[in-house]
Amino acid sequence: MKKNPPIVIVDYGIGNIGSAIRAFAHFGADVLISDKSDDILSACAIVLPGVGSFKSGMNGLEERGLIDVVSNFASKGMPVLGICLGAQILLSQGKEFGVHNGLGIIPGNVVDFPDLDDKEKIPHMGWNALHRPLEDSWDNTILCSTKKGDKLYFVHSYILQPSKKDNILSLTTYGGYEFCSSVKAGNVYGVQFHPEKSGKVGLNIIQEFINLSKGELI
Amino acid sequence: MTQKNIRIIPQLHIKGNNVVKPVQTDALRVVGNPQELAYRYYQEGADEILYMDIVASLYQRNLDFSLIKSVTQDIFIPVTVGGGIRTLQDIHNALHSGADKICINTYAIHEPLFIEKAVKEFGSQCIVLAIDAKKQQSGKWEAYTDGGREPSGKDVITWIKEALDLGAGEIYISSIDRDGTRKGYDLDLIKAITSFARVPVVGHGGAGDLESILAAVSEGQLDAVSSSSIFHFQDFTIVQVKEYLHENNINVRLV
Repeated sequence: MKKNPPIVIVDYGIGNIGSAIRAFAHFGADVLISDKSDDILSACAIVLPGVGSFKSGMNGLEERGLIDVVSNFASKGMPVLGICLGAQILLSQGKEFGVHNGLGIIPGNVVDFPDLDDKEKIPHMGWNALHRPLEDSWDNTILCSTKKGDKLYFVHSYILQPSKKDNILSLTTYGGYEFCSSVKAGNVYGVQFHPEKSGKVGLNIIQEFINLSKGELI
Repeated sequence: MTQKNIRIIPQLHIKGNNVVKPVQTDALRVVGNPQELAYRYYQEGADEILYMDIVASLYQRNLDFSLIKSVTQDIFIPVTVGGGIRTLQDIHNALHSGADKICINTYAIHEPLFIEKAVKEFGSQCIVLAIDAKKQQSGKWEAYTDGGREPSGKDVITWIKEALDLGAGEIYISSIDRDGTRKGYDLDLIKAITSFARVPVVGHGGAGDLESILAAVSEGQLDAVSSSSIFHFQDFTIVQVKEYLHENNINVRLV
């Protein structure tokens, strides 16, 4: 019997990918850690983890010749999950330490938090709730088992600002400001929070992404 | 009043393969097995775990990375690791063993610029400054190193300001005077820090009854409360602490 292709966790030199690997391994998923274009092209899904600056993330992909590889993979309708920085670089531009081009898979920018209520600190670090933009926004998505108000772990100073409302998968409020905490375009997902660090609620999201990679998302 | 969710962080003091509880730094009591305790706290709804190797710093030894790996294996919440961190390679190794954040105390006091170096390499969200504070007769607090044994001569508040300028992303403040006493957190110390710090502040040392934890959050304005005694010795479960805070209008993550 032919072996199914693995989920590739793209190691593009950005921060700590160990926790993402452990979370996928927890479900017994067949996971390959790689920075090779051949592995990505033959994957059933890819994950872009990472914590760091927008520029360092794009540089990491560029140095490995992966920018077009990842874009092409996504444009074929294959499942992609970007986590934190990995979600931010899915957008067109990042405005952190200057303006930098992103992958442009989802139109929009990555920008600073605006002025927040005085007590709130940047980075936004800790647990915060997800809300649905529309009642049915999470149906048939990797958030299908997430409940409104479920809390996930965030660590970030910049926010996703997709230009199309259709791409907003969830909203979160911090310091009185409501921001987009995850994006979706077809099978491409970007989550600002860390599902691999968010207890059971986060693991469920990873489980749904694994299901999606097998074509079994309900 | 902040609407953010207050984090509850059990601290594991690690010595060898055991979790121990130092009582005002000198006396030690073996509490249990690190893997089992960390997993129990994760299941009970801890928002984060602090893993502190109390021997590594004191005897200039390296962290036991294989132990970190086995402790973090099935824990899907952030884990902060501290104890004996002296090089960027130490940080790299700890992160690769399952840590999400690193906490530095003694070495930062001797080499403050190490904070800046570490922040440049790993980002400020990854670098936590830990301080063991001891109250002086003057009413101020002095930072102690080597597991709370050695006075550093540094004033706690001045030191925190310096470390924040160097990029430290979070403050973990322990009161030596209160640790293990269950007499309540040192609110004056906490307020002296939360009044100016623009990064999250975690308080440790002195958690006793539930009211003392509430006071540290509502009056002390902490972003997170840490304790070892009350969780290890099962005075309260994490769930009980969270439910109490929730009843008193403090936002927490209930699981």
